[in-house]
Amino acid sequence: MKKWTMVLMASALSAGILAGCGTSQSAGSGGNSDKIKLGVNLELSGNVASYGESMDKGIEMAVKEINKDGGVDGKKIEIVKVDNKSDASEATNGIIKLTSQDKVNAVIGAATSGNTVAQAQVANDTKTVLIAPGGTSPTVTVDEKGKVRPYVFRTSFIDPFQGTVAANFALDNLKVKDAAIFADSSSDYAKGLSDSFKKTFEKAGGKIVSQEAYVGKDTDFRATLTRIKAKHPSFIFIPGYYEEVGLIVKQARELGIDVPLVGADGWDSPKLVELAGADALNNTYIINHYSSEDPDEKVQKFVTAFKEASGGEAPNAFNALGYDTVYFLADAIKRAGSTDSSKIQKALEETKDLALITGALTIDKNHHPVKTATVLEYKDGKQVFNTKVNP
Amino acid sequence: MEWLQQLINGISLGSIYALIALGYTMVYGIIKLINFAHGDVFMVGAFVGFYAIKGWGLGFFPALILSMAFCAVFGVLIERIAYKRLRNATRIAALITAIGMSLFIEYGTIYVRGAQPEAYPAGVLPSSSINLFGAHINSQALLILLVSVVLMIILQFIVQRTKMGKAMRAVSHDMEAARLMGINVDQTISFTFAIGSALAGAAGVIFGIYYTKIDPLMGVIPGLKAFVAAVLGGIGSIPGAMVGGIILGVVESIVSAMGFSLWRDAAAFLILILILIFKPSGIFGKNTREKV
Repeated sequence: MKKWTMVLMASALSAGILAGCGTSQSAGSGGNSDKIKLGVNLELSGNVASYGESMDKGIEMAVKEINKDGGVDGKKIEIVKVDNKSDASEATNGIIKLTSQDKVNAVIGAATSGNTVAQAQVANDTKTVLIAPGGTSPTVTVDEKGKVRPYVFRTSFIDPFQGTVAANFALDNLKVKDAAIFADSSSDYAKGLSDSFKKTFEKAGGKIVSQEAYVGKDTDFRATLTRIKAKHPSFIFIPGYYEEVGLIVKQARELGIDVPLVGADGWDSPKLVELAGADALNNTYIINHYSSEDPDEKVQKFVTAFKEASGGEAPNAFNALGYDTVYFLADAIKRAGSTDSSKIQKALEETKDLALITGALTIDKNHHPVKTATVLEYKDGKQVFNTKVNP
Repeated sequence: MEWLQQLINGISLGSIYALIALGYTMVYGIIKLINFAHGDVFMVGAFVGFYAIKGWGLGFFPALILSMAFCAVFGVLIERIAYKRLRNATRIAALITAIGMSLFIEYGTIYVRGAQPEAYPAGVLPSSSINLFGAHINSQALLILLVSVVLMIILQFIVQRTKMGKAMRAVSHDMEAARLMGINVDQTISFTFAIGSALAGAAGVIFGIYYTKIDPLMGVIPGLKAFVAAVLGGIGSIPGAMVGGIILGVVESIVSAMGFSLWRDAAAFLILILILIFKPSGIFGKNTREKV
C-alpha cells in the first residue's frame, strides 16, 4: 500500500518535472554539436546546501576558465543545472531529466555519497558518465555486490584511504608508536577509517594500546577518555564528525590529555572551533582534501583566482573539489577526442597522475582516486598547512 | 587515581540528571503524570541561556535566572494549555498528550531556528583545572555542582517550610481533601510546574556551559535518563531524585570505565527495568509522607 503510494508520487513528481521543463528547453538539443553539455546535479537547497553551493562555485569557475581558453578541443562547455534539494529521490529525478531531456554528455554530482548512489543506476542504464565531486564512501563507485559501477567516478579520496594516511602521518611525521583509537561506532565512515588506520599502523610496527568507541549524539566522553588516558598513548586517532569531536577534544584537554589528537575530513567545520575552543585544538591534526595555504604554485594560483572572483573569500575543500571535477572530466574528453560517452568513460578509467588542485590523481580499478592527502594543523583555532602525505 | 577521576566524572554528570529528575518527580508526585515534555523544557532553558549570554552579553548568573524565569512561565503555560483539561481524563490520555507536547516543542524549535547545533560561548565561567591526588577537577564542574546543591536546598526549603510547600504536599496526598480544606489546587499545581520547569531551565544552562553543545533534540536522552533517575530514587520523592541522579551518573561512568562505553545507555535502562521489577517504589519509595 505504502509502496504503491510512493511509486505513484514519484512518477507524478517526475512527470511534473518533465512536463514543466519540456516547453522551455527541449528544442534543439541532443546532437553532437560544437558544445559539451555538462549536467550538474547538486544540493543547492536543503540541509547540506552549503556543500552543494560550494562545489557549484568551483564548477562554474572551472568552466568559465576553460571556455575562456577556447574550450575543450574547440568545444565550449555549457552547464545545465538541477537542484536535488539534498534529497535522494530528487537526485534520481534530476539525473533522469538531465539524461533524457537535456541529453547531457556527462553529469557532475552529488555532494554526498547517498545522493550520488541514488543516481548511479540511471547513469549506468543510460550510459552517461557521472562524476561525484565529494562522496567519500566506497559504495559510490562499487555496488553492494562489490561490482564496479562502470559509468560512475569520483574526484575525492575514499574513507579507508584517510585512515591509511593518518597512520603514515603518525608514524613518519609525529614519530609515535603507541596509538589509541576513539571512534564513532554509529557511522560507517568512522568504522572504515579506524579499520584501515589500525591495519596500516600495526603493519608498520605501531601498537594500538587502547581502542574505544562512542555513540553519535553522546555528550559526555569523560569516563572513556579517563580510561584511554590511563593507557598512556602517545597520540589518539579520533575518526568522527565535528559535533562529537568538538566535545571530545574539549573534554580530553580538561582531563589533562595533552598528546596530539588526529582526525579526518569529518572534523572540518568552523563549528569545531566553537565547540572545542581554540586552545584545546592546539596540537591536533586533520587529514583533508586540500588546504588553501598549501605553498604549491598551482594551488596558490587557484586561490588567488578564486578570491578575485568571490570577493576575497578563500576557497574551501568543496570549492576545490568542484573545480577539480571539471578539469578531471575535461582532461578525459580531450584524451578521448570525442564526446561519446563510452570513449569518455574509457579515458576516465585511464586517468593517471593528473595534476589537480587537490593533488595528483590516478584512478584505480574500483574507480577510486589514488591521490595525495593534505595534513592540516590547528593553531589557535586556525587551520595551518602542515604537510602532504602520499598514499 | 583513575577511579577517583571516574567518580568525579560520574558525580558531575549525575548532578545534571538530578536537577532534571527533580522536575519529573515533583510533577508526578502531585498529579501522577509523567511529564515527558520535561526534557524539552530543559532544552528550551539551554537555548534561552544561550541567547541571553551570546545575544545580550549577560553573565552566568543573570542568564541562569532569566532562563529559570522563562522556563517557569513556559512550564505553567504547558500545564494550562495541555494538561489542565485532562486532569479528570484517564492517565494514558494525559501521558500521550505529554509525549505529543514533547514532540511539538522539539520540532517547533527546529521550525523556528533550524536543527543545527549551537556552541555555548567559552569564558562565561572561568575554567581551570584543579589537581586532586592526580585527578583533574574542572573548576566549572565544581561550581556547577555547587549551584545544583544550592538549588536543591532551596527546593527542599520551599517544600518543607513554606505555606505553598505545605499546600503542595497536601495536594499530593489527597487532591479532593485538599480542595475541601480550602487549598487552591489549580494554583498549587501551576506552582509545582513552575518550580520543576525552572529547575529544568537551570539544568539546561548548566548543561550548556559544561558540555558546550546544545541542539533542539538535546533534551530527549537526558530527559529519559532523568526519568530513570527519578524512578530509581522513588518517583515522587525529592531526596530520591537527587540520590537517583547521582547514582545513575556514577553507574554510567563506571560502565564506561570498565570499557563497555557502548553499553552505557543500555546499563541506564537496565536499571530502570530491574527497579520496576524488584522495587517499583524505588530507593526512597517508602518515604510517602515526604512526597510532593
